[in-house]
Amino acid sequence: MKLQVSNLNSHYGPAHILYDVGLEIGAGEVVALLGRNGAGKSTTFRSIVGLVPQREGTVMFDGADVSRLPTYEIVRRGLGYVPEDRRIFSHLTVEENFEVGRQAPRPGVATWTPDMLYKLFPNLGEMRKRPGGQMSGGEQQMLTIGRTLMGNPSLVLLDEPSEGLAPKIVEQMADAILAMKGEGLSVVISEQNLHFAKLISDRAYIIEKGRIRFSGTIADLEANPEIRDAYLAV
Amino acid sequence: MEFLLVQALSGLASAASLFLVASGLSIIFGVTRIVNFAHGAFYMLGAYVAYTLTTRFAGPLGFWGAIVAAAIIVAILGALMEMVLLRRIYQAPELFQLLATFGVTLMVQDLVVVIWGPEDLLGPRAPGFTGAISLFGRMVPTYDLFMMTLGPVVLGILWLLFHKTRWGVLVRAATQDREMVAALGVNQKWLFTGVFALGVFLAALGGALQIPRTTVTHAMDLSIIVEVFVVVVIGGLGSVFGAFVAAIIVAELNAFGILILPQISLITVFLVMAVVLVVRPWGLFGKPESAPRAAAGLTIRPWRPFTQMERAGVALVVVAVAALPFFLGNYALTVGAEILIYVLFAASLHFMMTVGGLASFGHAAYFGLGAYGAAFLVKYMGAPMEAALIVGPLLGLAGAVLFGWFCVRLSGVYFAMLTLAFAQIAWSIAFQWVDVTGGDNGLLGIWPASWASRPAGFFWLALGIAVVGVAVLRMLVFSPFGYGLRAVRDSALRSEAIGLNRQRMQWAAFIVAGTFAGLAGALFAFLKGSVFPDYMAIPTSVDGLVMVLLGGVETVSGAVVGAVLYKALAIWLMSQTDLSKLVLGGVIVVIVLAFPKGVVGFIEDLRHRWPRKGNGAGAPVGATKAEAA
Repeated sequence: MKLQVSNLNSHYGPAHILYDVGLEIGAGEVVALLGRNGAGKSTTFRSIVGLVPQREGTVMFDGADVSRLPTYEIVRRGLGYVPEDRRIFSHLTVEENFEVGRQAPRPGVATWTPDMLYKLFPNLGEMRKRPGGQMSGGEQQMLTIGRTLMGNPSLVLLDEPSEGLAPKIVEQMADAILAMKGEGLSVVISEQNLHFAKLISDRAYIIEKGRIRFSGTIADLEANPEIRDAYLAV
Repeated sequence: MEFLLVQALSGLASAASLFLVASGLSIIFGVTRIVNFAHGAFYMLGAYVAYTLTTRFAGPLGFWGAIVAAAIIVAILGALMEMVLLRRIYQAPELFQLLATFGVTLMVQDLVVVIWGPEDLLGPRAPGFTGAISLFGRMVPTYDLFMMTLGPVVLGILWLLFHKTRWGVLVRAATQDREMVAALGVNQKWLFTGVFALGVFLAALGGALQIPRTTVTHAMDLSIIVEVFVVVVIGGLGSVFGAFVAAIIVAELNAFGILILPQISLITVFLVMAVVLVVRPWGLFGKPESAPRAAAGLTIRPWRPFTQMERAGVALVVVAVAALPFFLGNYALTVGAEILIYVLFAASLHFMMTVGGLASFGHAAYFGLGAYGAAFLVKYMGAPMEAALIVGPLLGLAGAVLFGWFCVRLSGVYFAMLTLAFAQIAWSIAFQWVDVTGGDNGLLGIWPASWASRPAGFFWLALGIAVVGVAVLRMLVFSPFGYGLRAVRDSALRSEAIGLNRQRMQWAAFIVAGTFAGLAGALFAFLKGSVFPDYMAIPTSVDGLVMVLLGGVETVSGAVVGAVLYKALAIWLMSQTDLSKLVLGGVIVVIVLAFPKGVVGFIEDLRHRWPRKGNGAGAPVGATKAEAA
């Protein structure tokens, strides 16, 4: 198992957000974490990488318990994280944003260079010197993914990669995620958009009100429309 | 014409050191969000260490080697301070870190005198730059020319460092979003330490390079830190280029202000700063502050008024204090009255900081204005004490109305800096308008009415006013106005959306706080029998801040406890030791480390760690319990 999360409970101050969340991600798998707005998707990701201070439970990554480690140590072990709001360094150029994400090559994992990323996201190649703040939403989404890939992760948590993007750009995102899978990476995406998730995922979890309500293959989900209606439909 | 050019050149030479120190402060703030009050102390240490190295070890190091070595040594000290002290309190409210660095500043002031003695020291001239050359028919020291070129050179080096090295790119990224940098696998700890060391290095270098120009004194730190604050605010916090431009502006204003407007030369710089902040709230080259961290008042335990029991307890304490004149001597009662005055002063600042979310660095202005108001009435109108105590504080109110109108347009650190600027303006007026204020000689002979002239009488007067003042402020906290203020503090956007006028409410809070500070100041004038510009000076403002933070900024009544503790400690230490600043600074540092939520906050936490019977063990952080404190 690449990533194994069990009994994850998180709080923001007095508010209890996650209840005993459990996830299992295999090597090279693309898994979707589905749920509505406010269901706990982002908090799950933030808790896994240690950005939520009040959390309990275990996070096993590559067979080691990382739940007590500071964020940067977790990330340095190859667990990449792409935040929902992109959080581009808007005063830094594309190249500089990549530089911040750069980590030493990791044995057994694809090593990314800016040139490879410009091939994956040709738009970025045309604006290497442009500050991140002067890019479109789609370009920023490419930049934030590329920036995380520069850390040569073996697994990436991708928080809502399709949010607010034009359909054409969403397609590009799907291609990029499949390319990451092709390089042997595990990918966990959080999504509200079932259609997008179906395009790329092997399996899916559904989270609602901080609890995991469903776990299964995309085919299982397709076969049970009542689950989809109960937890995903708006 | 030639004279003006030479004057401009001299201004440029002064700008270099100012730029070095200011850029260091700016870089540190950008990444760590710490306003490093100790920056002036490191500047001073740089000068002292350079003095020792150039006079004693000039052989092996040479003059220039000694200058650089001094900056490196001080940078290591700065890094140590960051690792030992600041690392432990990054999670504390921002002002707490300021308090910690202020404690260090106090300690350094005494340590410098212990190590190097109280006399001013004259360092050697810089080899190769001892003479002067003739420019436009006037003599300009060659060292000034060297300093003039140094500024742009350092700016260039810093630019290369921040744009062409990985470390520099990481620092710029962290300036915008520290959490994201950590989420990309960067260990912030060492980034912060490195940034701190660089910033302190620049400050110490600025100090070390001053020794061929001026004498080394143990008052260098405060004089530079105020100017540097001004530079950083005009230029924009976090912007190195802004610091460069603003250093030139400030240095030239100083060079020409003294020629053109000698009567208000001290004010010109602050006036320019005030104008810049009102027109461009983030400074000339600054960027809007990135999302501030959790607001100071963001407490899990909501406040509530005292219960009947607690009210009785408070009444009992007041009665006990009122009985003190029957047990204490005159000296103790005078000290007691002074403490009570500071209780009111701190409570007024606390109201503004905690309830209003407005951390003022210049609250002494209104304290001093109240004192002068009372003194003017007595001196120029022959008013009795009672009238002066009622009308005098109105000058504090007027000052708060005027200054507050500008200040509430800003928030956070910039608000703090603008209040500091206005306080300095008020101080400068008192200092330079000799005809009315007596200048440095102050106004003497402000004595209380005969019934309050004995220490016991005055003690009761001070107690009465302090109790009523604190009670009124407390009632305001739990009034609709207080609730509105807290709403505005916690979410300006949301409260404006439900129809609260943020600026007007904060202005009102500013005025309330200024008026009560003025009342405390008026009392203080009668306690001392005199009024001096120093009542409005930075140390008085900082005293108020220390009291509030010591008591606990997230509590309702922390200021009272903080004021009593701090003032009593300060007065006692002054009588016990010549090194009172060293001890006081040390105590502040220890308290910051031990009680990061203030003394009252600490007691609250204790009460919640051991829930009373019936609450059930392991109740989640007392989230639903309201807390009176």
